[in-house]
Amino acid sequence: MAGVALEVTDLVKRYGPRAALDGVSLSAGLGAVTAILGPNGAGKTTLVEICEGFRRQDTGQVRVLGLDPGREGRRLRPLIGVMLQQGGIYPAARPREMLELVAAYYANPLDPAALLRRLGLLEVAGVPCRRLSGGQRQRLSLALAIVGRPAMVFLDEPTTGLDPQARQAAWELISELRRDGVTVILTTHYLEEAERLADRVVIIDRGRVVAQGAPAELTEAGARRRLEFRARPGLDLAGLAAALPSGHVAREVSPGHYVVEGEIGPRVVAEVATWCADRGVLPGDLRIESRSLEDVFLELTGRELRS
Amino acid sequence: MEARGVLAPAPGSAPALRRVAAQAAMELRLQLRNGEQLLLTLAIPILVLVVFSVAPVLGVRDRVAFLLPGVIGLAVMSTAFTGQAIATGFDRRHGVLKRLGATPLGRSGLILGKTAAMLGVEAIQVVVLGLVALGLGWRPHGSVAGALLLILLGTAAFSGLGLLLAGLLRAEATLAAANLVYLVLLVVGGVVFPVSDLPAAVRGPAELLPITALTDGLRAALGEGGLPVRDLVELAVWAVLGAGLASATFRWE
Repeated sequence: MAGVALEVTDLVKRYGPRAALDGVSLSAGLGAVTAILGPNGAGKTTLVEICEGFRRQDTGQVRVLGLDPGREGRRLRPLIGVMLQQGGIYPAARPREMLELVAAYYANPLDPAALLRRLGLLEVAGVPCRRLSGGQRQRLSLALAIVGRPAMVFLDEPTTGLDPQARQAAWELISELRRDGVTVILTTHYLEEAERLADRVVIIDRGRVVAQGAPAELTEAGARRRLEFRARPGLDLAGLAAALPSGHVAREVSPGHYVVEGEIGPRVVAEVATWCADRGVLPGDLRIESRSLEDVFLELTGRELRS
Repeated sequence: MEARGVLAPAPGSAPALRRVAAQAAMELRLQLRNGEQLLLTLAIPILVLVVFSVAPVLGVRDRVAFLLPGVIGLAVMSTAFTGQAIATGFDRRHGVLKRLGATPLGRSGLILGKTAAMLGVEAIQVVVLGLVALGLGWRPHGSVAGALLLILLGTAAFSGLGLLLAGLLRAEATLAAANLVYLVLLVVGGVVFPVSDLPAAVRGPAELLPITALTDGLRAALGEGGLPVRDLVELAVWAVLGAGLASATFRWE
């Protein structure tokens, strides 16, 4: 990462007695895709809207591209693109004019027609926006966020409600933004989206950051992994347990389906292979299961991500 | 050097004039596309002008000359107050104020664009009503400059009050209230019937209304000519009052 695009320190925002953000600190790299992951109501939108300058925090600091969104909004606004979760479109305007309108606010906008084509909106470009489907409106919002060629974009749940094909197109566009050097901050409650797009994931829950790091770091850190294989049923596991480092457990969870639980390193795999070889057994379907972000999330918060 | 992709950052604002002009053009198109708005801003003033010019129900000598200033006042009110309040209420509901206020256009650019569009609609209204009046036998006289000054001050007064209403109520309630006020002011504000014909109890308060100051002033300016100072002052007071209260109560989202 070349530098820091977003720096948030001890951010607190209360709505009445409820703290939407309860001391959030995080950073996002310049030119990277950072996913803010969390269940509904975790504080994702509040966090992003403070960064965009829509809301003011109670306490704490925010720096977006070195600027304070609350006090230096006028300088920040041309640099960032914003995709709201909903709204922001005149219902009577047509997608083409809406995009051309927003393009006219910027010095070097993208070609609106090319953007409409790219996002599959060309055939509805002349239809009043109120008649667009949810997914079409979502794609128009995405187009509005990037038409001004911003240095940094904030995408609040960019693919919620999209069909698989449109989601794929949105993902490709986000990857291309990254490749072309645009910093992307996106909120999501889709794990696949975070795992696939993000250089860095920040997991928040109940207004607090519970973990942050590269997806691989998060899924590996403190991992209690499993090794699984298939062999003929009824093997005596006593010898295997003795050969493995202490703390490892070997079980036959169903006939012919063996599981070794514990820290799975190369030595453990070798021990399992040797033990099988000594018995003339070829382990089938041998795999080492790493944790998913979903497991990490569940472990850290005790909650399902998609609640 | 590495080839830069099409999406590579090239941030920056367009010049302020271009931003506001684009906004004004959009707002103007949206207003002219809105059927209910056109009914209010054009159809009703034209209908009032034609019907009461042709039907001999008014006790004045030159009916068209009496009615034209009234319907111009009505037209200004319909655009600056009624239309503005309704559009603003729904723009907020749809998140447009929030969204566009956070672009390089900014909140001041948004307000400027809306104001320019409003003046554009008013120009169309005045020209159309003037042509209809000419067709009905009206001969222009009086002070055009005075009339324009009154229209500008009236626009300022009504748009402040419209924004105040939109700031206080939800979108649907704004719609209902703005239409109700339009109807009441149409009757008591000297648009069709002279305020002097109103019952004494209604007449006092009616004379203080911005619509009365506007129609009364326009009648003076387009009649004997000159500057109706009292009406101008009244409109200026309303403009200051409306703008002050609106900026204190306005909500962007």
